[in-house]
Amino acid sequence: MTSCLHLPSRREALIGSGALFAWTQMPRLARAAGRDPRLLVIVLRGALDGLGAVAPVGDPDWIGLRGDRALVLDGKTPALPLDSFFALNPAMPNLHRLYKARQACVVHATATPYRERSHFDGQDVLESGVIRPGAVDTGWLNRALVALESDGRVNPSGSRAIGVGAVTPLVVRGAAPVMSWVPQRLLPASEDTQARVLDLYQHTDPRLAVALEARIRLAGLGGTAVSPEEPNADGALLALPGIARVRAYFADAAGAAARFLAKVDGPRVGAVGFVGWDTHINEGAASGQLANLLGALDGALAAIETNMGDAWGETVVAVVTEFGRTAHINGTDGTDHGTGTVAFLAGGALQGGRVMTDWPGLKPAQLYEARDLKPTTDLRSVLKGLLRDHLRVEERALASTVFPGSADVPPMASLVG
Amino acid sequence: MLALHRFGLGPRPGSIAAIESDPRGALIAELERPPASLAAASALPSSAKAFRTVADANAKRQARTKQAQQEAKRQLTAEAPAMMEGGEQGANAMAAKAAAEAVPDPGRPIYLEEARIRTEAALGAEIGFVERLVWFWSNHFCISADKIRSMSGAYEREAIRPHVLGRFTDMVLAVEGHPAMLFYLDNIMSMGASSIAGINRTKGLNENLAREILELHTLGVRSGYSQDDVIAFANVLTGWTLVPPGDNPEHGGEFSFNPRLHEPGAQKVLGKVYDDETAEQGRAVLRDLSTHPAAATHLATKLARYFIADTPPAPLVENMAKVFRDTSGDLKEVTKAMVLAPESWAQPATKLKRPSEWGIGMVRVTGLTQSDPVRFTGGQALLGEPLWRPSSPKGYPDDEASWIDGMGRRLDVANAFAERLAGSIDPQYVIETVLGSSVSPEVKNAVGRAESRQQALVLLFMSAEMQRR
Repeated sequence: MTSCLHLPSRREALIGSGALFAWTQMPRLARAAGRDPRLLVIVLRGALDGLGAVAPVGDPDWIGLRGDRALVLDGKTPALPLDSFFALNPAMPNLHRLYKARQACVVHATATPYRERSHFDGQDVLESGVIRPGAVDTGWLNRALVALESDGRVNPSGSRAIGVGAVTPLVVRGAAPVMSWVPQRLLPASEDTQARVLDLYQHTDPRLAVALEARIRLAGLGGTAVSPEEPNADGALLALPGIARVRAYFADAAGAAARFLAKVDGPRVGAVGFVGWDTHINEGAASGQLANLLGALDGALAAIETNMGDAWGETVVAVVTEFGRTAHINGTDGTDHGTGTVAFLAGGALQGGRVMTDWPGLKPAQLYEARDLKPTTDLRSVLKGLLRDHLRVEERALASTVFPGSADVPPMASLVG
Repeated sequence: MLALHRFGLGPRPGSIAAIESDPRGALIAELERPPASLAAASALPSSAKAFRTVADANAKRQARTKQAQQEAKRQLTAEAPAMMEGGEQGANAMAAKAAAEAVPDPGRPIYLEEARIRTEAALGAEIGFVERLVWFWSNHFCISADKIRSMSGAYEREAIRPHVLGRFTDMVLAVEGHPAMLFYLDNIMSMGASSIAGINRTKGLNENLAREILELHTLGVRSGYSQDDVIAFANVLTGWTLVPPGDNPEHGGEFSFNPRLHEPGAQKVLGKVYDDETAEQGRAVLRDLSTHPAAATHLATKLARYFIADTPPAPLVENMAKVFRDTSGDLKEVTKAMVLAPESWAQPATKLKRPSEWGIGMVRVTGLTQSDPVRFTGGQALLGEPLWRPSSPKGYPDDEASWIDGMGRRLDVANAFAERLAGSIDPQYVIETVLGSSVSPEVKNAVGRAESRQQALVLLFMSAEMQRR
């Protein structure tokens, strides 16, 4: 531990929040069609306030609902118009630019089928893809990979998942092997030592062998989080104040994921998680806590676009959260756990420039349980649409193994071009 | 050896010989010793004092910044009015930087000293059973140093440590009334709609603490409470706050019940009506929640998962839950029931240690008893389990699936630790005197054939015998 002479930083506290799939063999169908699609899922843990992120400025009840906390087009920091009805949080100029270029869209008033208000159960349903929380210990992204494998469209020996961080998110856990990757900051053990420990595990503890082998294979891919021109990135990060460090972490983690995804022989599917969205106190949608976080997310999207390079044209990034927050501001200038919220999609492969919603309205009778934005779009239909049309997972597998019991939730059509 | 790994923090030089003849008896004996207080902690500040110290420093720093900025502005106006705008920005930034250097944040040294004393308690413990209990309950009732660093160590000493072998009810009352928890879960500003302050409408109700007490601390998720119960309970807890540090140099940062924030009137929680007796109303609800049958099952399951197996045997959990119910939550009796149950010893040693347990275990086998807190907290953070900083109120997970993908990081940390020790610690000596017959022939072989002492130590630290329990 010689090279970690510092306090644990915010960044380290956030470690363990991301994961990538390394997918070295592409689906044959996709390859035959000359495609090489990438999918990155960003999970916002803590429940994003959808109304604070994308405001229904055209709804006559909007101002009445949020009062002077409502994002508006003529406010001190004016929201960025998306269409005649919705406007984006002003902290997200990159996403707005992508939207205007038809490379981003918004799904509003969406939610998973989960209808209680526990973060942890909500995240479990979001990531497992199974309606009952705690029912399985695998994620839908991993099972989608398995579905492609069993189709014979992916070479199983080449399909590996990698987890970024010491704690692997549920969404990527499952039968497809997971590799682990965290920003590299210690001098790693020598290849010889790695090989000897691996050999020991192969004789004494096969499960540990699988876990360690995955990491060694990943190192063989040659990806590093910290680019060579900034060898001391961590030292620089530590010098920054709180939110700047969060911004740097978001951009760093997402940017590193993109570097892996962009490689010719790199992964094709991945997931990264960002914490901090549980804005019970002083939410600050226009110029506080939430604006800062959304700004950091916006920076992460920009880093992905940059690092994907040419592959951006074949990329979709899906930003999802476990549920929304109360429609009203609570007693401490924040919002409590709610239901309907937004999902963001970005990437060159999208048919973007749209807000997709069946708007439920904001009158008291139109709110879910008279307190939350009513969900009118099942988030699974969005995810199923992406998996079917972008990754080409069979619709039958989507309804049975990937999102079990979702036969009545049709995949959303025409999300990708 | 199983007793040391499964219930303790792993073997130290001499510990196998000490407990070999009667491992169960040694564990029970550790439970019968006086409470888990820390003699070394007597010089540490209380949570309230730590909170005041940090708040005072923040106030001083701000005042100093402001003063320096005004001074710089005066000079600029006098000397170079044309450069006013750009010059002022630069001067402001310089003033803030100078003030930060002149008044450093005392929260950092307090955190590090708390970490050092806790770590050394773990390194010095004979078995470490009671320390493991402290770790378990501290994670169960976690707060985060990212939100309230000044109090993070003192909170564990004040609210958790004294009660790990006492009544669960007392721990719940200590935890939920502790300023660190009230701050962490946003209760300090929560106020009832009909309270004196609420009528003036500056702020209002916040559900966060009430929900997490029900969902995480006592009953467990999906155990039958409703959204209305959450709201009623949140109303009960209005007024539970802390004395603002600025205006009270003696009691700032301590718990206080503020009747001006408290929602007046009776509240119905889980079907029972609680008359308003100010803070007693909340204590009455907490007493009932802490002895609720659902809490018994929830806690017995978590405790057995932490010590015995990711999927603990159902009869063991039921037995522990029954003891919990029969004794109204006597944690010493529940813990003893776990030690005495045959199922606790029949499980194979396949549970993957959490990074913190593995890390302490690695240092213990070398016989080191002192720790550099900067290095230690840094290492723990690298392994994904930074001390007192979980990313959510649920605390760190406790199953293999959450941690096994971090084996590569463990290898890097073991490698760095072995590099430092290679000059002074002989791996053969560790095997012969500390680990003894528990080391498999494969490990002995690999250690014997290693190309260097460092590599031999890495192989030992990474062996399944050290990773699992």
